[in-house]
Amino acid sequence: MNGSWNTTRRALIAAIPAAALLLSAGSALAQQKTLTVGVVLPLSGVFADQGRHYEDGMKLFQKMHGTESAGVKVNMVVRDDQGPGSGDLARRLTQELIVRDKADIILGYSFTPTAMSVATLLTEAKKPAVLVNATGAVVPTRSEYFVRASVTSAQLAVSLAKWAVDNNIKTVYTLVADFAPGIEIETFFKKAFEAGGGKVIGGARTPVSATDYSPFLQRVLEAKPEALFAFNPGGDVSVAFMKQTKERNLAKAGIKLLVTGDVVDDSQLPAMGDAVDGVISSLNYQPDLDNPLNVQFVKAFHEMMGPNVSPSYRAVMGYDGMGFIYEALKRSGGKTDADSLLAALKGAKIDSPRGTISIDAQTRDITQDIYIRRGQMKDGKWVNSAIKTYPAMKGAAD
Amino acid sequence: MRVTPEAGIGVVLLVAAVAAFFLFPGYLALLSTIFILAIFALSYDLLQGHAGVVSLGHAVFFGIGAYASALLGRHGIAEPIVCLLLSTLASALVAGVLTRIVVVGNDLTRLLVTLGVGFLFFEAANQANWLTGGADGMPDFEVAPILGLFPFDFLGRTAYFYTLAVLVLVYAAMLRITRSAFGLALRGIRENTMRMHAIGAPVSRHLALAYIMAGACAGAAGALLAQTSRFVSLDMLGFERSADVVVITALGGTGSIPGVVLAAAVFGYLKDALSSFSPKYWQLGIGLVLMASVFVLRQGLAGLFNVFRTGDRE
Amino acid sequence: MAGLLTVVFDGVAYGMLLFLFSVGLSVTLGLMRFINLAHGAFGMVGGYVAVTLLNGFGVPFLLILPIAFILTGLFGAAAEKAMIRHVYRMPELQQVLFSIGFAFAAGAVANILFGPQQQPMILPSWLTVQVSVLGLDVTAYRLFLIGSGLLVGLLVIGLFNYTLYGAKVRAAVDLRRTAEGIGINVDRLFLVTFSLGAAFAGLGGALAVGFLGLDPTFPLKYLVIVLMVVAIGGPGSIVGSFLAALGLGVTDALFKYLVPEVGGFVIYALLVIMMVFFPKGIMERSA
Repeated sequence: MNGSWNTTRRALIAAIPAAALLLSAGSALAQQKTLTVGVVLPLSGVFADQGRHYEDGMKLFQKMHGTESAGVKVNMVVRDDQGPGSGDLARRLTQELIVRDKADIILGYSFTPTAMSVATLLTEAKKPAVLVNATGAVVPTRSEYFVRASVTSAQLAVSLAKWAVDNNIKTVYTLVADFAPGIEIETFFKKAFEAGGGKVIGGARTPVSATDYSPFLQRVLEAKPEALFAFNPGGDVSVAFMKQTKERNLAKAGIKLLVTGDVVDDSQLPAMGDAVDGVISSLNYQPDLDNPLNVQFVKAFHEMMGPNVSPSYRAVMGYDGMGFIYEALKRSGGKTDADSLLAALKGAKIDSPRGTISIDAQTRDITQDIYIRRGQMKDGKWVNSAIKTYPAMKGAAD
Repeated sequence: MRVTPEAGIGVVLLVAAVAAFFLFPGYLALLSTIFILAIFALSYDLLQGHAGVVSLGHAVFFGIGAYASALLGRHGIAEPIVCLLLSTLASALVAGVLTRIVVVGNDLTRLLVTLGVGFLFFEAANQANWLTGGADGMPDFEVAPILGLFPFDFLGRTAYFYTLAVLVLVYAAMLRITRSAFGLALRGIRENTMRMHAIGAPVSRHLALAYIMAGACAGAAGALLAQTSRFVSLDMLGFERSADVVVITALGGTGSIPGVVLAAAVFGYLKDALSSFSPKYWQLGIGLVLMASVFVLRQGLAGLFNVFRTGDRE
Repeated sequence: MAGLLTVVFDGVAYGMLLFLFSVGLSVTLGLMRFINLAHGAFGMVGGYVAVTLLNGFGVPFLLILPIAFILTGLFGAAAEKAMIRHVYRMPELQQVLFSIGFAFAAGAVANILFGPQQQPMILPSWLTVQVSVLGLDVTAYRLFLIGSGLLVGLLVIGLFNYTLYGAKVRAAVDLRRTAEGIGINVDRLFLVTFSLGAAFAGLGGALAVGFLGLDPTFPLKYLVIVLMVVAIGGPGSIVGSFLAALGLGVTDALFKYLVPEVGGFVIYALLVIMMVFFPKGIMERSA
């Protein structure tokens, strides 16, 4: 009996300093602030490829710049919204990130409808969200808590329209996917092109997931425009579209093909082969940009993903999304509450592989350079090469 | 009135659900979705498990209920219970129109017709984007507080009890229907249609009624989803939702009401848990489970219940 | 007018592709009464085999087609022997569940092995040239599809209607006991038939990649349209599938060209109408 009491006492005596150590360690841990970034991306389903690119970009940023900014540790919690068309899932995931995982800020949303579905939730929960895509014009107006770090349909369409006008193209036929971003892109292009003196002689809207474009392309050939302006949502749909434009030989008919850059996403080029020859596209990024940050980025990207994978602009947008969050922490002095972060994001400016980009303080939309590229063969591979830059384009169309 | 085993299990589930509210406050949104899924699955079980009609397009009614609720909200009718009732009615009406093509033909034909109808509605809703928002969905419609008193909060508390209440009502209603003369007639039709014709039972009329009820109930589930997530999109009419409910009914044991509810809970939870862990493996897992389900545990979860019953199931 | 004809021609080519896909399903669904919703999975296997051979090993295009055919057939045989043969006798719902499960699992495995992205398939240059046919400029690839479709159609019809093997299959489906009684090894017969169905699906898949692209969602994406072809054509009738596939391909292309607002819609409406008025399909089983 005595022995066991002694043992107990010894245990207690040993326990006290241990407890003290734990307590102090605990408070030391408590002193390191963390920022939980809730990430919502399409990681499964047809657009899983796109989701993966954004995630790769975010991870690459943390790999290259560490996991801390302004003394705050930045953690990512990633959820899969399974693609567009399941807006209720994205909304629930966002709610769970905020309530369960205590996310301070949300990063993600590839598709406009997904972003739209969470607008009221973000406003009610008072959490900011940095968009890595969601190009629809109305999105930032739906909630004060949206900040767009990606690209807008206006930027992609208007830049192409300007290029067409500058290059003496007089007549254009438009072919866009039949959903809000497509219709928007068509509207912006038409306005800018006709303002420059051009004329849109006809147009059609294609079903969003169509893979057989031949009836539509037939109409294009019959209309005989100088150029075809097209948009479709990427992935296998765009690959099929590009292949079929080659098959129908638009080039032989003298019709130039103008597309928004997501149609000829650099990472999809191997699947398109020579269909991309001479195709003009507009995009906010170009793998062969020679600013030092991009050189570093591409190198690190190849180290992470292998030498044969070309970085997609989506990876850059994911990277920059994280970049803006880090920048916001610096600007807010390490404060992680929603209002400080939101205020810090407005007007934030960072150096990105795409060039210098900034968030407009009024519209919370992205201002950046837009590059016009032409598809051509280089070192035995088909690539898009930049031929013109439209600097500092504002997110909204004028 | 004697308490049937199903009712007993229902009470147990209800108690568990109420407890979950306090135990898992971060999961309320997920659980509300599960309740909605259970209502949808029960509606399908009435059709397939009890009446024997296999449909691969049941989500049509779910979607109609959802869109109806959203459209009402857009045009000023925003009180949830009113919208719920009106949406249920809308789905019932559409089901009524479609019964003609569903109660004819053999199983394979019916399968294909329901599949075709499903895609037809999906495409039609896609094309009619002036009405439905097309591929973008409808995110902007009003949802007023329930009875003017309980607004939907973003923590999901109101939605939780709202959907749970509807589930309890549907569960009780299903129990009554399947025990009634109508329910027995349906079972007779499922097991031996010819004989039912021979004894003069109005087979077509019964099937039509079952189809309309199933459609109405699915519409109610759809309306609930629209109201609690404030978003409606084409996938609510889509094949995947129709397939989900076929899978759940099969896993729960066709015709077993508590089995189907439990299967909905398990399915909904696993889908959420596994797809956040790894979506590709979720799909693989579900595929393997489905394949295995035809060899083992053929009566689904209901097979487990039968161990405790001396009941009259086959 | 030339425009309309080109569209029709393209529709015919698309229809041929559908037919190639559906031939296997017509056989398993119609002749073996097995609701095989996993048919698309075999198409996908053929597609991935083709892509791997073409891109990874540089095998010439004409050679990858028979290889895809054989390998997918073998895969089908393995699946049949291990699992599927036990499912034939189960009620319809179980068949639906099993085959959907198979399709999901196959898609997931493809995702794990190959990733979710589009597989590139660069067709050889002799297939991408424009050829002049009856005054129309068409791609050689579409001509190739039409030719393959006709060839396969004739082969399969010949096989099932004019050979002893075909007769045995039809006998075994109608009256299994009796067929066994006269010494037909029904199990082996079904194994061969199922494998053939899978092999043709694989061939269709290999041919489709150049046209439709390939990713792990393939099995379910094309399932519906293939089911439509078989349902409208009449399960078990190869000629019926041929006509239905052509009809669907041309109707789809025509409506998308003439009335683009309802383009995608029309074929589903067609399905519903056909099923209501011709629940058994337009042609009886070829027995």
